[in-house]
Amino acid sequence: MKVDLRENRDFLSGLMFIVIGLGAVFIARDYPVGSALRMGPGYFPVALGGILFLMGLYVMVQGLIKKEKVKGNWSVRALIVLPLAVVVFGLMIERTGFIPALIVLAIISAAAGREFKFLEVLILAIALTAGCVALFIYGLGMPYPLVGGH
Amino acid sequence: MEIFDSLVLGFSVALSLQNLAYCFIGVLVGTLIGVLPGIGPLATIAMLLPLTFNVPPVSALIMLAGIYYGAQYGGSTTAILVNLPGETSAVVTCIDGYQMARQGRAGPALAVAAIGSFIAGTICTLLIALFAPPLAEMALKFGAPEYFSLMLMGLVTAAVLAHGDMVKSLAMVVVGLLLGIVGTDVNSGMSRFAFGIAELTDGIGFVVLAVGVFAVSEIVSNLGDQEERQVFTSKVKNLWLTWPEFKQSFGPIMRGTGVGAFFGVLPGTGPAIASFSSYMIEKKVSKTPERFGKGAIEGVAGPESANNADAQCKFIPTLTLGIPASAVMALMLGALTIQGIAPGPQVMTQKPELFWGLIASMWIGNLMLVILNLPLIGLWVSLLKVPYRMLFPAIMVFSCIGIYSVNNSNMELYLAALFGVLGFLWLKLDCAAAPMLLGFVLGPMMEENLRRALLISRGDPMVFLNRPISLSFIIATILILIIMAAPAIRRKREQITDAA
Repeated sequence: MKVDLRENRDFLSGLMFIVIGLGAVFIARDYPVGSALRMGPGYFPVALGGILFLMGLYVMVQGLIKKEKVKGNWSVRALIVLPLAVVVFGLMIERTGFIPALIVLAIISAAAGREFKFLEVLILAIALTAGCVALFIYGLGMPYPLVGGH
Repeated sequence: MEIFDSLVLGFSVALSLQNLAYCFIGVLVGTLIGVLPGIGPLATIAMLLPLTFNVPPVSALIMLAGIYYGAQYGGSTTAILVNLPGETSAVVTCIDGYQMARQGRAGPALAVAAIGSFIAGTICTLLIALFAPPLAEMALKFGAPEYFSLMLMGLVTAAVLAHGDMVKSLAMVVVGLLLGIVGTDVNSGMSRFAFGIAELTDGIGFVVLAVGVFAVSEIVSNLGDQEERQVFTSKVKNLWLTWPEFKQSFGPIMRGTGVGAFFGVLPGTGPAIASFSSYMIEKKVSKTPERFGKGAIEGVAGPESANNADAQCKFIPTLTLGIPASAVMALMLGALTIQGIAPGPQVMTQKPELFWGLIASMWIGNLMLVILNLPLIGLWVSLLKVPYRMLFPAIMVFSCIGIYSVNNSNMELYLAALFGVLGFLWLKLDCAAAPMLLGFVLGPMMEENLRRALLISRGDPMVFLNRPISLSFIIATILILIIMAAPAIRRKREQITDAA
């Protein structure tokens, strides 16, 4: 059976470990390593990066032997929309205040799902926001302006 | 009796009105998320962690612990009634529990799950009270080499017991250790892996990582393979056990408690392994193994006791040694750290009210679960009718507020988004994220102890082998690795983790 490398689960895992390991060693190359007696800040990261690189190689080779496919689908829509919702919330919270940021967050998040009924989502967003304002701002006294920047 | 005094102190703390209220909120929220599939205790505790800033440490821990064991409990309710494991540990309960429900014996199944969990919880409370003080006393004598070797053992065990491929889990531990390094090095003041981002010089926030990897990526994955849920509500009658049923279940409950306590003190994954092992044992010792899978009450009693015992005994290494035994325990330690309490064996002597209050609250919480949940079962089941499309935006909203409220930093939100993507990648590639979180928590401590150990020994790595306690941890680590790598056991392990 032939499995495309782009779908080979362990090959990809190994590749990821190798990238992280090499990346760590590369970034830490300027940190003083020191000696075992007086370890510099570079000692631990370089050692870990090296170990991770070796493990990555092993996993990659295993992948070429075992040829396991990645299961399920990549749910591209949710994978893009949900992190985007978090980022938009981050951009808004200090500029527009708590309420608008939360409503937008809830609406964008809901758009990650398969079904999107606008009225239902709007009601959900308003209800969630109202609940959060009651709980976090009034209940727990979090110091965020409801509307407007700070 | 010292233990008696300690337990009295514990109950006096746990029975205060405020702490009872936090315990109640904890088990209620725990049961709720236990019932709802798609959100687990890990994500919930990570999300709610920032809310506990202004709460006294004891109350915060009592509530978070309540969420944890409450979730085990809620998971079994839906497993029995609608064949839907709310939590992974309840997968095993589905097998016989749902069959019992289909035969009109949902009442006894629910009752045995509740009673088994309660008995297991009671026994484990006593176990903790008995074994935690001597363990902590021993740990107080540990030096840097012992700590390093102990953490090494903890991380290796966590990785080999985790779901999926062993080498990949070990590699994930290393990824966690690397993530733990991000920030300013305490010894040299040099900032490492900070990429010039000011927020990163303080290190990656615990909440940021946990929410990103365990809440956001979880939702992405759920939305990917969404399947329509069907809910059948069956009438529940006779929420009690007859005497023959109780006699039949007593052995399994005791054995399950033993199995759960054993896996509980071992650093590893969640309670799924404990409940699965208990099921296998019950099937093996039964004179009529053919009844299993067709509604055998032993198949519910054993695993349900086991997962509760496991959940509680996980607190033993966590509180006495400061070494988290699972990802949820890592969050508990995170909660302690946020409160300004350094986890470790000194907690028990310096803050006895915290330690014993928490232990006592777990027993009270278990009692609350029995009293509360049996009458509320109808309500929990009707909650299942809430569609996921209403649920996940709420989880997102809570997550984001949780992250932002830690440091009022939007950079941390962007980081969480990044970890959400990474966490999903790990999920797809079958790289277990729980060992990563343990590595992340232990990373800075391990580096510190490694440095100190080698400083004492003037750079001689033999220091880890010359000291008897450290040597025994190292030998145990190597043994675990050899045993788990042996082909026969490896196959068995894969069977168990796959099934779980």
